[in-house]
Amino acid sequence: MTSSIGTATSRVDGRAKVTGRAKYAGEFNVPGLAYGAVVMSTITKGRIARIDTTQALKVEGVIDILTHDNRPPMASDDKDYSDDVAPEGGSPFRPLYDDRIRFNRQPIALVLAEDWETARFAATLVQVHYEVEGFATDLHAELERARAVDKPVKPRGDASKALARAALRLSADYLIPAEYHNPMEPFAATVIWDGDGKLTIHDKTQGVQNVQRYVCGIFHLKPDDVRVTSPFVGGAFGSGLRPQYEVVLATLGALKLKRPVRVVLTREEMYGLSYRPMTLERLALGASAEGALDAVMHEAIAMTSRNEDFSRNDTAWAELLYKSSNARYVHKLAALDVVTPADMRAPGAATGVYALECAMDELAVALKLDPLELRLRCYSERDQGSGQPYSSKQLRECYRQGAEAFGWAKRNAAPRSMRDGSELVGWGMATGVWEALQMPFATRILLTANGHVEVSCAATDIGTGTYTVMAQVAADMLGAPVDSITVKLGDSSLPQAQVEGGSWTAASVAHAIANAADDLRKELLALAQTMPNSPLQGLKLDDVVLADGAIAAKGDTRRSIGLADVMRQAGVERIEKERGSDFKEDDKHAHNTHSAVLAEVKVDEELGVIRVTRVVNAVAAGRIINTKTATSQIMGGVVWGIGMALHEEALVDHAFGRVMNANIAEYHVPVNADIHEVKVIFVEEPDSVINPLGIKGVGEIGIVGVAAAVANAVYHATGTRVRDLPITLDKLARPTGSGDLELGQSRAAKQ
Amino acid sequence: MNNFAYSRAADVADAVRQIAADRNAKFIAGGTNLIDLMKYDVERPVRLIDITRLPLRAVEETRDGGVRVGALVPNSDLAYHPLIEARYPLLASAILAGASAQLRNMASTGGNLLQRTRCLYFYDTATPCNKREPGSGCSAINGINRTNAILGTSEACIATHPSDMCVALAALEATVHVAGPSGERCIDFADFHRLPGDTPDRDTNLESQEIITAIELPAKGFAENHSYLKIRDRLSYAFALVSVAAALEINGGRIRDARLALGGVAHKPWRDREAEALLQGAVPERTVFAKAADRLLRDAKGYAHNAFKIDLARRAIIRTLAQAANATPQIQSVKKIR
Repeated sequence: MTSSIGTATSRVDGRAKVTGRAKYAGEFNVPGLAYGAVVMSTITKGRIARIDTTQALKVEGVIDILTHDNRPPMASDDKDYSDDVAPEGGSPFRPLYDDRIRFNRQPIALVLAEDWETARFAATLVQVHYEVEGFATDLHAELERARAVDKPVKPRGDASKALARAALRLSADYLIPAEYHNPMEPFAATVIWDGDGKLTIHDKTQGVQNVQRYVCGIFHLKPDDVRVTSPFVGGAFGSGLRPQYEVVLATLGALKLKRPVRVVLTREEMYGLSYRPMTLERLALGASAEGALDAVMHEAIAMTSRNEDFSRNDTAWAELLYKSSNARYVHKLAALDVVTPADMRAPGAATGVYALECAMDELAVALKLDPLELRLRCYSERDQGSGQPYSSKQLRECYRQGAEAFGWAKRNAAPRSMRDGSELVGWGMATGVWEALQMPFATRILLTANGHVEVSCAATDIGTGTYTVMAQVAADMLGAPVDSITVKLGDSSLPQAQVEGGSWTAASVAHAIANAADDLRKELLALAQTMPNSPLQGLKLDDVVLADGAIAAKGDTRRSIGLADVMRQAGVERIEKERGSDFKEDDKHAHNTHSAVLAEVKVDEELGVIRVTRVVNAVAAGRIINTKTATSQIMGGVVWGIGMALHEEALVDHAFGRVMNANIAEYHVPVNADIHEVKVIFVEEPDSVINPLGIKGVGEIGIVGVAAAVANAVYHATGTRVRDLPITLDKLARPTGSGDLELGQSRAAKQ
Repeated sequence: MNNFAYSRAADVADAVRQIAADRNAKFIAGGTNLIDLMKYDVERPVRLIDITRLPLRAVEETRDGGVRVGALVPNSDLAYHPLIEARYPLLASAILAGASAQLRNMASTGGNLLQRTRCLYFYDTATPCNKREPGSGCSAINGINRTNAILGTSEACIATHPSDMCVALAALEATVHVAGPSGERCIDFADFHRLPGDTPDRDTNLESQEIITAIELPAKGFAENHSYLKIRDRLSYAFALVSVAAALEINGGRIRDARLALGGVAHKPWRDREAEALLQGAVPERTVFAKAADRLLRDAKGYAHNAFKIDLARRAIIRTLAQAANATPQIQSVKKIR
């Protein structure tokens, strides 16, 4: 029987999605459903002096309007509002809790009506009177007040001294603006009040059990009384890791009205949820004339809210990529009057590696070295912080295969040296790196005598392909075809799962399935051996396999019994096994995924219009379970990286403290016209150390390095180094009145 | 979004009667802009008068050799109409530079003229905006104004008109046919849209009780030498930072007639007769194009974030005129600039 793992298997949920049978959180219809519309604050900081709901309540069809004044009781301790992903020691935002306004577009009232249109209309009639207070939303104005976070990667050597004596020094500041997740599906919750105090909650989330614990905490409910489902998620990218306010509002509504309530957020309201924080990345590299790094200094200054310190590892990625005897990493946070930032695809790496990889490119230019050659000269076989080798690291092979597929060898190093008619051509490259994490997950396998298999877990599939890869792994472990396997996900009553994040789900669920399958095989063997004249007599667990609907002696398929026969003979209708992923702690190796990204841009010389015409992303991420969904993951990352490089930016007017382009007409993400050829290569990377199946996960690595590769290509094309993203054409053009674009000045300092 | 009543207009006269009877009513055709604005609570009509069944869907030749386009002809139908493709390719191209295929399928010819600005502050009722709320102030002048106007601005408003189609219509010197309580009248395209002055709440000279019935294109279509070039922040589905419609009549190696209109830079499609006059009679070459560009932009004024538009517009004008002169018009489905 051929293995399903490693094949390009189409999504098992694809048909349900394209035919509309897949139900999303805002699509559960129940009798008596009431609809909630949110009223948002229009100020950034202050107090609600008064909310006048008189006019709104007069609208026919309005049932009630919830505010901090009249909502059902909520918990009063910060710990009750915490969740699996909340920053430690913070004070999580409490929707509709009190009269404080902490950020612009904060939800301050929920209008409940018999239909959505009425709720929405009435929401416009709610009059809010504020006591306005001064606020700060501009990171640039608060840089001096930024505080270092406690847990940076330890310094090595004396980076300042090493930098001072380096033959060549490069220092540069890079800026990534606040970026929003903008998942296609809006955040939505349908909360069904069951009459006896029990709640069924359909929520858009990346963690149903996380939401379950959160709701139980806020409303002092018992876990048995709250069931949370999220069977399908139309993209989340990290925005659904923490419970968002729609679930609190819908639950408040359901508890108040004692009837089912749905709250679907508008696109604009989703700009009041979370985002990738604006981050200033300050890089300083010191190198020898031969291109050996001797000093790496990376300081990140990011925005956070006043109530929580959100930070991710922006600065220490050089520890994993480049040899250097001296290194110092500092991460600072500036607290602003904003909602807390959140994880967004490859948090920390998307931003920090962008800066690092642009700095490496600038260093290569200053050294007159090919940027790929510089990476190879600095290549690190160890995580320098821990001194540990990698469980596997095929990054050299990524560079080699990526460069070959791209045709990198034909690159002319000089900026502005390559052209195609009226366009300047630029080739840039960058390295990507991410963590290969795995977490405790549990799965249950149910085998019925008719040969059907059900695999279940509380994990969510946020569009990544979790349903499909679980079916594939189960198929291989049970020797059954993929289409005989049903996967159930996204229900808090199913076996334990962590939130779907960190690229850890595939590895985690695969091993939980493998373990449960082992138990299943064990029981089937025991049953088979009780049969008279069993051909499996005397065989041990490791001597038998499940294949083609039978249990058989390894290497001798003639010694086999059909599973149906085994179960019928034993009088067993169903066998159910639940196991955890049970990973062995490996503290002797670093665990990472890597990539080499190569990009071609064409820039109209006269007008500065940039087109990304080719991207090759060569990825080493252990064993790839499904080459089709994994390729989609990487392509999605590349598209997003192009958007990060050229398009995405939340425009905040600091006079109002408000994102002014809070919609996807004016907040630009790439459209089809912006995306040309994207080639994804998976480099072979056997890894028997990280886990038995050698799986690493591909959810995030695809975006890392892409923005840097594009930015470096833009420099190569134009000779202008733009360090603050996005690279819009006005940043390329230095008005000269006539002629060509003027060369920008590199800030590389030579000694 | 507010509650609104809905009614249907039986014919043009009925439409005019209905709108005259209710000053807080609005016509709705494709709704591609109005519905957005209602969702943002920027437009709050108490009644929508559906005009989609009016008999205004014809594209027909006029006696003097032009083409008359009914106000309800969808943008996509117009762009791909054989008469338009053959005789007014500049117009077809400009339409295809705008919005998305889905929006163009819905959007009407008349509605395209009545699009409202995409100024970020106009869309956000939490901020002052003279166009939305006269007298409240202009937040864009000292705010985020990267996409705002550089020509014809006032202390009260620096918004731009967002249409691509209208830039071509301005260059082609179309005429707008309207009907009102006192009968029909024609408005030259140049006089249709207004500059903001101190009444930025008024986008056009269409009276509140009037309805657009047709756009008439004159016989001259500049089909040989034309181009529409749109520069934006992504390669499709974004409003113009700067767009240029260029139409030339070239004979014996000299420009005999020239039209030049800009989008994304002013409260209306921007034309400058003096700049066009500089082209007339000249040999089509970059130095002449540059002179015309400089003339057109001589009064341009940049704000904190949009000063780049002045130089960008200059380069775009030169490039577009070159495309027109070389008979290599920009093809909207190809993102490489010719």
